[in-house]
Amino acid sequence: MIKEAINYLSSPLYSFTAFIFLFWLSLKRIDIVGTKKFGLGLLIFILVIFGWMISDPVFFSVISLPDNIPIIILNALVFWSTWFALYKGHQNDLRIERGEQPLEGTPENREKVWAWPNLVYTELFCGILCTVFLIVWAIFFKAPLEEPANPTWAPNPAKAPWYFLGLQEMLVYFDPWMAGVVLPGLIIVGLIAIPFIDINPKGNGYFTFKERKFAIAGFLFGWLALWIFLIQIGTFLRGPNWTFYGPFEYWDAHKVVAENNINLSEIFWIKLFNTSLPKNIFLREIFGIIFVLVYFVGVIPLITKKWGQSYLERMGTIRYYTMVFLLLGMALLPLKMYLRWFLTLKYILAMPEFELNL
Amino acid sequence: MSEEAKTSLNRREFFSFLAVGWITFGAAAAGFASLIFRFLYPNVVFEPAMDFVAGSPDEYPDGVDERWKNGFGVWIYKKDGRLVAMSNICTHLGCIPTWLPAESKFKCPCHGSGYYPNGINFEGPAPRPLERYKISLNSEGKIIVDKTKVFRYEKGEWNIDGAYIDV
Repeated sequence: MIKEAINYLSSPLYSFTAFIFLFWLSLKRIDIVGTKKFGLGLLIFILVIFGWMISDPVFFSVISLPDNIPIIILNALVFWSTWFALYKGHQNDLRIERGEQPLEGTPENREKVWAWPNLVYTELFCGILCTVFLIVWAIFFKAPLEEPANPTWAPNPAKAPWYFLGLQEMLVYFDPWMAGVVLPGLIIVGLIAIPFIDINPKGNGYFTFKERKFAIAGFLFGWLALWIFLIQIGTFLRGPNWTFYGPFEYWDAHKVVAENNINLSEIFWIKLFNTSLPKNIFLREIFGIIFVLVYFVGVIPLITKKWGQSYLERMGTIRYYTMVFLLLGMALLPLKMYLRWFLTLKYILAMPEFELNL
Repeated sequence: MSEEAKTSLNRREFFSFLAVGWITFGAAAAGFASLIFRFLYPNVVFEPAMDFVAGSPDEYPDGVDERWKNGFGVWIYKKDGRLVAMSNICTHLGCIPTWLPAESKFKCPCHGSGYYPNGINFEGPAPRPLERYKISLNSEGKIIVDKTKVFRYEKGEWNIDGAYIDV
């Protein structure tokens, strides 16, 4: 009964929405999240739930695949580092509120040491430990060796390496040119651009949350919700034919999901206007073109007027508009996901004649 | 000539030695480069022929036929007396969809694109229908499938000559 409810609620629509809500809530109530008590409590809660879930044979069979073990390690590391940074930031925020220096700025913490041997020894030691860990891992969990590659056959489900499963989940909502080239390119360019866009010296060398709310929330949203969370969906909740399966649901290859995806042009011309699609490509896709123009050009002045004026003054024109463009590019993914879930929308702009689909 | 002339080179000799040296070095480097270039190409290519004989038209029942899928990557589809050869490459990202007879659809295992038996995409992210290959009859009445020529639905090519045969 509970398991069925969990299966139902972990469908991408509910779980993604719940994840975004919890993310927002935990940044809103950083005064609770950023305490040791909360961190320990949450850890115990997660371990108890995980222990209960693992007792289910179906869930255990998915989670114990050799390919999926790195993701459990990843979850533990992401959980730890995110909470630890928020905790440190909250401690410093309290100190700054009391008029003290951040913990990293106190005289005893500003003492300098030599990179050699202090840092280099630590690095050497970490390198040796990592090598030992990888060797032991390679001995215990064999890499799956399959038959020779066959260009006319694909395994079912065909899954990317674990670190790319977020990207593969992204591809469900986009054309390969968008989710395979443009958006990953924007991610890489955007990450490279961060030090050039972000010229705010606050938070340099010390943890803080309050002084950098927008920057931290924006980055963590892209990282946790749009990358880490999508990896979880792609790994644990996608079975044969890339159909959604709940965590306790048997991967039945014949699960039928009614899904009939249509393009924006079909929604407008066929459903609303009751006519056939126009022959002219540009007339057919006029609503998609309008949407793209409004989204990437028309919305920017509105955003700037409502939220961006102080950022624009502080950052300068080029930095500000680059940032807004990157944020809009990032927001395309959740937008497209919700459009797919609510309107079964396939493409906003569909021009397969030119291999151009958004 | 004195002893000195034998032990040391004059300017002209030095340059001719230099030229011989560089030419030798350049030839050796070019030879190595060509070896590496050659190494990039496989010695034997196990590729199925781009065209093949697919039996006679009356061998095929109505619906999707999978006999040429392994090996040639072609589904033969027959409906209303019309026979077509369908590519088995998903138009989304090039995976190989599976034919599900029970659900009567093709379903891609990579991102969940779904196609009707005639190759029209209806679910998942696939932007366009499965491509069709050139199909014709030879003088003995056997089917010839030619994969070098594709017919795309969105370009309105499914009704031109060569995209189908009537049986």
